[in-house]
Amino acid sequence: MRYLPLTDADRREMLSVIGAKSVDDLFKDVPASARLGAKIGGLPDHQGELEVERAFQAFAAKNVSPGTAPFFIGAGAYRHHVPSTVDYMIQRGEFLTSYTPYQPEITQGTLQYLFEFQTQVTLLTGMEVANASMYDGSTGTTEAVLMANRITRRHKALISGGLHPQYRSIIETTAKWEGFKAVLSKADAEGLEDLIASVDKDTSCVVVQNPSFFGHVRDFTKLAEACHAAGALLIVVVTEVVSLGLLMPPGEMGADIVVCEGQSIGNGLGFGGPYVGLFATRDKYMRQMPGRLVGETVDADGKRGFVLTLSTREQHIRREKATSNICTNAGLCALAFTVHPTLLGEAGFTRLAELNHAKASQLADKVSAISGVKLLNDSFFNEFTVKLPKPAAPVVEALAAKGILGGLPVSRLIPNDPSVENLLLLAATETATDMGMDPLVAALKEVL
Amino acid sequence: MVQSLDRSQGRAGGVAASAASNHGTFTGNRALQIEEPLIFEMGQPGRCGVDLPEPPKVKDRLNGLRRAGTIGLPGLSEPQVVQHYTRLSQKNYAIDMGVYPLGSCTMKHNPRINEKVARLAGIGDLHPLQPVSTVQGALELIDRLAHWLKTLTGMPAVAMSPAAGAHGEMCGMMAIAAALEAKGERAKRKVVLAPESAHGTNPATAAALGFTVKPIPANDRGRVDLAALKAALGPDVAAIMLTNPNTCGLFESEIVEISKAVHDAGAYFYCDGANFNAIVGRVRPGDLGIDCMHINLHKTFSTPHGGGGPGAGPVVLSAALAPYAPYPWIVKDGDKWRVAEDGAKVDGTPLGRLKAFHGQMGMFTRALAYIMSHGADGLKQVAEDAVLSANYVMAALKDVMSPAFEGPCMHEALFDDSFLKDTGVSTLDFAKAMIDEGYHPMTMYFPLVVHGAMLIEPTESQAKEDLDQFIGALRSLTERAKTGTAAEEFKAAPRFSPRRRLDETLAARKPILRWRPSNHPPGSDPMKQAAE
Repeated sequence: MRYLPLTDADRREMLSVIGAKSVDDLFKDVPASARLGAKIGGLPDHQGELEVERAFQAFAAKNVSPGTAPFFIGAGAYRHHVPSTVDYMIQRGEFLTSYTPYQPEITQGTLQYLFEFQTQVTLLTGMEVANASMYDGSTGTTEAVLMANRITRRHKALISGGLHPQYRSIIETTAKWEGFKAVLSKADAEGLEDLIASVDKDTSCVVVQNPSFFGHVRDFTKLAEACHAAGALLIVVVTEVVSLGLLMPPGEMGADIVVCEGQSIGNGLGFGGPYVGLFATRDKYMRQMPGRLVGETVDADGKRGFVLTLSTREQHIRREKATSNICTNAGLCALAFTVHPTLLGEAGFTRLAELNHAKASQLADKVSAISGVKLLNDSFFNEFTVKLPKPAAPVVEALAAKGILGGLPVSRLIPNDPSVENLLLLAATETATDMGMDPLVAALKEVL
Repeated sequence: MVQSLDRSQGRAGGVAASAASNHGTFTGNRALQIEEPLIFEMGQPGRCGVDLPEPPKVKDRLNGLRRAGTIGLPGLSEPQVVQHYTRLSQKNYAIDMGVYPLGSCTMKHNPRINEKVARLAGIGDLHPLQPVSTVQGALELIDRLAHWLKTLTGMPAVAMSPAAGAHGEMCGMMAIAAALEAKGERAKRKVVLAPESAHGTNPATAAALGFTVKPIPANDRGRVDLAALKAALGPDVAAIMLTNPNTCGLFESEIVEISKAVHDAGAYFYCDGANFNAIVGRVRPGDLGIDCMHINLHKTFSTPHGGGGPGAGPVVLSAALAPYAPYPWIVKDGDKWRVAEDGAKVDGTPLGRLKAFHGQMGMFTRALAYIMSHGADGLKQVAEDAVLSANYVMAALKDVMSPAFEGPCMHEALFDDSFLKDTGVSTLDFAKAMIDEGYHPMTMYFPLVVHGAMLIEPTESQAKEDLDQFIGALRSLTERAKTGTAAEEFKAAPRFSPRRRLDETLAARKPILRWRPSNHPPGSDPMKQAAE
């Protein structure tokens, strides 16, 4: 077997040094009833690289990749062009096959890029401090609610109807099993929700998304003021982080915690994971953050270096009193996230965002010109909602049958709600072309 | 030339300082070790590493919420970016470079075919919310991996969505809470038992779910004290969380009795599967009576650790817990796959949702490629070679170092620091001296129950001659430590790494967690700034 260096001669020699007759002797502590003499049955034996690759090509052949079809799906995962340099960098073995940087003397590479990552996240979100990543935006959002509960010592979170439905679902699940109250507002397709009146002295936090799940761009400055007047925190979630190249950052609106899904920058669609969660807050809440933090220091020679720091918040030190149970996070995806904006720079990031907005504007104009189709958004970044004259789910299936991946029927994520049944969520990034938009419009006209 | 000297001054405190502290080079560089600034110290306005077209002119629909100022990102060209991150990469130790004996982490070879297949367009470039008719192969792939995981563990069900081991723990413990709730016992069963040697994630998870964590003692053989466990079990106990093989690198030989006692008391058995590599293909945890176990795909199944993630932590579940598995469920109807998402009818009462979309697909792909490469025969060999290698290291070092417990061990060899008694050398010093010898240190000071613990996990990936060299290096270091006159030398280690020991107290006392112009003004000395 190509991955196993020990030869039978090696094994015999090693057994003799150990003083064991056979490898079975080394498993003598396993209860006899559970000791399998032979390999586990009903499973195939080892295969060469060629055979393995063929098997995966067969899996791949049964899927329709967005690169081969007009494609307009977003809803928390966005298809952007990832520069080749990004993927090359994350495949360097020194990054790819390194562990969490617990030995800083020989992991300065990882630690320095994480310090750069933390800085980039604060700049994009307009916040003061950011951690070294969470699993993704969805789990990070729930961690933000838990953090707000710790800070305020309150246990009621108000959840916007503009937050991604699966993010809402995770908060709801955590609330049930960890024991706090999550008040979920109804789906906010029109982008008119106002939660200010709902904030009271029991509220630990309000969780909103910008642009919202339905694409609306909102100003949360007044909501932040209302939260602070009531002693609550405002959590702003961003699922399309490219939008921060163009939009007022949540920090300027008064957000206390900002959580982003970082997938859009540097990371491919990957059928939903692994992605990377960005988590940022105010300096005063630094010690209540979940996850790892990298800090600057000096070494024995006085040279600048970086280390994991403030780890007394974390499970490996603090155990049952930790701020979170998170250990492994999304290090390599954070590297991809770091390299991409470094390539883009100020000018490139801004232009990328402009391109996305322009493409989505073009698509919105084309689609809303179809008879019977109504655009629900006055504002959007690269994603918007349209109301169709009939249920959206079968329409999307009909489009798929024509080879077009034409958006997300909102009912897939918000089932059993007649008010969203006819809604279709459409996204266009810099990868969209007229050659993709026009067939979508033509096909929509046919199936509606 | 002048410019390159200036660059080094900005980073290394001037020519005089750097020449003194860097073995006499003017630049502060040492051959292949290049000093590297932060990107924020090297950009120039007007540079850009991508070429994007001019955006078409459209009406602004941003609700008047345009960003007013700049973001603050530096401008670099593509070659600068490549050089920057390549130089940074050269400051890292990695599995690709040699023995990485980090106990509890299973730093095994990461095959490149895994990376290749994960990047096939029909796998890596798929949107999680495409119509299910267009992702039949992706769903089949997930189900294939699920089948392997269930068969290898002898368990009837698996929840695939958890993002890492700790997330899997959360999933498993929520499933236990859900099962208790269904029986009307959640309010009275509030205690979770865990050995003092447990990973920190275990108590952190249990506490987050409102359980009180009660430690159970170990016996002098490094295993759970069965009598003490039985005494602790009662009507208030929800579950036991136990790692097996345990964090001392030993198999819990009374595990069948433990699971029987736990079940007799009406509690559940959560098994932490971090050490599954020792038994994969050779022992099925399902045969030991467990109720759930997370599997770190980034340990046992070779998906790369990536400097701290991403991971994946699928959780296998017993028949008693299977109905509570979280959404999504992947279901086969006839010859078509579908995804049962929130609110969909399934054969159970899901505990909810833990993560957006369908789990860590990129890790599933890599893990399945690894599993298919090995097959049932190769995986059994993996466990045997991992255990053999650890016992070999233990046997070859036991006369000079001090094994914490009598063997045989499983896939990790655990030593305490009694062999360093009266030498003035600590576990930390010993580990740092290993860095100078070209090795990543073993896990230190864990498990907490062993004084000055050193936990060595060689894995199955090292050739015997490499193990011999590693053993030789450790023997030489112990010999030097035992002279009793080498303490200063050990305390000065490492000397040849990109950085020497870092001041962690300073980092925590005055946290600098981001680059800021005020912390790092142009022309200032960042090292002196930090030291103040």
